[in-house]
Amino acid sequence: MSTCPEHIVDYMHEYLDGDISRDHEQQLKKHLQNCSPCRQHMHELSDTIAFVKSAAHITAPPHFESEVMKRLPKGKSRIGIQNWFRRHPILVAACVFLLFMSASLVGSYQNNDFSVTKQPNLIVDGQTVIVPEGEIVKGDIVVRNGDLIVEGEVDGNVTVINGQYMASTAVVTGEIEEIDEVFEWLWYELKTMGNNVVELFQ
Amino acid sequence: MDALVNKRIKQVLKGDQNAFSDIVSLYQHKLYQICYRMLGNNHEAEDIAQEAFVRAYINLHTFDQKRKFSTWLYRIATNLCIDRIRKKKPDYYLDAEVAGTDGLDMYSQLSSDNQLPADAVEQMELQDRIQYEISRLPDKYRSVIVLKYIEELSLQEISEILDMPLGTVKTRIHRGREALRKQLNNL
Repeated sequence: MSTCPEHIVDYMHEYLDGDISRDHEQQLKKHLQNCSPCRQHMHELSDTIAFVKSAAHITAPPHFESEVMKRLPKGKSRIGIQNWFRRHPILVAACVFLLFMSASLVGSYQNNDFSVTKQPNLIVDGQTVIVPEGEIVKGDIVVRNGDLIVEGEVDGNVTVINGQYMASTAVVTGEIEEIDEVFEWLWYELKTMGNNVVELFQ
Repeated sequence: MDALVNKRIKQVLKGDQNAFSDIVSLYQHKLYQICYRMLGNNHEAEDIAQEAFVRAYINLHTFDQKRKFSTWLYRIATNLCIDRIRKKKPDYYLDAEVAGTDGLDMYSQLSSDNQLPADAVEQMELQDRIQYEISRLPDKYRSVIVLKYIEELSLQEISEILDMPLGTVKTRIHRGREALRKQLNNL
């Protein structure tokens, strides 16, 4: 066998792997016909493969599946949420944005400072704003954290946030709005923002 | 089968842990068999095969569903087996001199530790003999021989499972076959 070319053994393995070229196969066959030690080698390799392949099928023990299920970690919902985050990055970004937005809006809602739009001929009495009888206020009035009593006329919109709007025979040419709830407040803020944007493009 | 597996994977990812039991029942025997042939011991095979499923479950979100699930799963299992085999190896050096002996090194002790006398091997039942011969292979040949001849996987698949080039897989299979041939001839 020492006289045999070394590549013959390589060809044997190529043959056993099933990817031998036609040329190599011809050379191998020719060689094996004339060389009994190589024939022996080839037989031994085939026998080796047959030997390993005769290994019995091994099956897992009977309770294998339930044992695996017992070993699984319980915190599965966390994985689900992580996965959801990974799949919807834009939605997550939008949610985070809204969260911060509403947090800052709610924050400013809870700001308890009294304020009122500065208009001439308005009377401010503590936390109550009065439009006196016979007076005409030109422009909008916004009152925060206070009440508004209209006895005269308002030529514009009236908005009362976190307070009460009281009027008897008042004349208000614009819209009257009273905002007490956080959600209404948010809605109002968003609407104002929207209107500002619209105005920007007009 | 791939469609069913991918459906179950999606259910698991949505948080339905029970959907994973179908995946386990589909692959349990093949996975256990790989581990058993690699480790040669029921208890360890069961432990490592279970561990492989648990790891697969935990890392399921990293699995690319365009690929073959079995390849991914077998890879986890073979890596765990190879780790276990390496940990089992005693950490002494073979050529260190054994204390109390005159010039005897560990090589001279090895044969009495790892190899059975020839007549004992010849009396083994065929199945025990097969497992014995596989377990005598160095682990880098053992994994390719098990995947190729016991699991009957393609060379391409083996190269993906073991994460090594096709050429390396072929070389290892060739050497593994030669090593087995010599083991069987020495008796």
